[in-house]
Amino acid sequence: MATESHGAEAVAAGHAAAESAGMPQLAVETFGNQIFWLLVALVATYLILSRVALPRIAAVLAERQGTITNDIAAAEELKLKAKEAEAAYEQALADARTQANEIVEATRADIKADLDAALEKADAEIAAKAAESEKAIAEIRANAAESAAEVAKDTAKELIAALGGEVDGRSVTAAVNARMKG
Amino acid sequence: MADNAHAAEGTGLVFHPMDQFKVQPLFGGTDVSWYTPTNAMLWLALTVLAVFLVMVVGTRGRAVIPSRGQSIGELAYGFVYKMIEDVTGKDAIVYFPYIMTLFMFILMNNFLGLIPASFANTAQIAVTAILAFAVFFAVTIIGFVKHGTHFLGLFWVTSAPLAIRPVLAVIEVISYFVRPVSHSIRLAGNITAGHAVIKVFAAFAGLVALSPLAILGITAMYGLEMLVAFIQAYVFTILTCVYLKDALHPSH
Repeated sequence: MATESHGAEAVAAGHAAAESAGMPQLAVETFGNQIFWLLVALVATYLILSRVALPRIAAVLAERQGTITNDIAAAEELKLKAKEAEAAYEQALADARTQANEIVEATRADIKADLDAALEKADAEIAAKAAESEKAIAEIRANAAESAAEVAKDTAKELIAALGGEVDGRSVTAAVNARMKG
Repeated sequence: MADNAHAAEGTGLVFHPMDQFKVQPLFGGTDVSWYTPTNAMLWLALTVLAVFLVMVVGTRGRAVIPSRGQSIGELAYGFVYKMIEDVTGKDAIVYFPYIMTLFMFILMNNFLGLIPASFANTAQIAVTAILAFAVFFAVTIIGFVKHGTHFLGLFWVTSAPLAIRPVLAVIEVISYFVRPVSHSIRLAGNITAGHAVIKVFAAFAGLVALSPLAILGITAMYGLEMLVAFIQAYVFTILTCVYLKDALHPSH
């Protein structure tokens, strides 16, 4: 009996010693307190997060996402506009270039036509002048031959006269003409 | 044992690394009943306050371009949200507030526990066991509610040859029931060990010859414990996500 109670005491003492010197975490008598306050704290944390914090942060994140999406869309739109403006500018440039080419071509054709007309006119004038000149030259040549024949006849008559011959006009003319031909 | 402690006190070296984990009434006395305001209650309340400050007060601006405080709240939100999405899947987003509660509570409590002379609730097996068993029961109930008896397919590995499936089933069942134990002891053990080591270094700081080394040790351990405080909160949360994935998609 005595030894039994002594043993029980020793066990109890050993248990207490292990608790005080070992791990206070294993002190079962504090579990109720810890668990109660833990549950209170967890419920409070859950309510704070689920009722206030998380919806608020979700809203902020959604708003930011929306803002970013909008900004990207706006940027996309502006980019499209810039591209359109660039296309219009390119178009205008191409148009202007075509127009300039057209003008150049038209002017060149005009000038060519003018030039052709002027050349034709000049050619005609030159041809007319050339014909006139030829006529004049032919005239002059004819006159010259006549004059030469006259002079030759006169000279021949004088020579014959001076030499004391009888001047036969007809034979002199024939001789002169024969010579002139030869 | 008690004699040894007294002998040590006599020489000036006092080792009480575990005293910091004692639950004590705040207003004197030794009686701890379930409603007594204790140091455990105080630091739980401060944890709730810290969560409130970071997640509610910090985000009060609701700015599109966040302030620093709001960034922290958004970072925590995005971190846990993405973890659930990646690990468990999009259909688990309905459990986001619960998982977020676990993460923020453990994280804040771990960090508050690092304040000198504070009380680390997450070093208490009573606390972590409740957290882990809550996850365990929630996950098991969700599994049976969503899939009925098909949830038991989790233990019947159809990709293995038929002959070894019973053996695997036994192993799977054992590992399933060990989950809450490892889940809770991992957290409490890590926090307890770190705090105890810091306390041992602190005891050595009383000796003039050893104090520089002891203070260096405390500093190094403190840095490590900051890391552990985050990592253990992360591990607890991601394991919760993994267990939840088993409940939502029990097929292997």
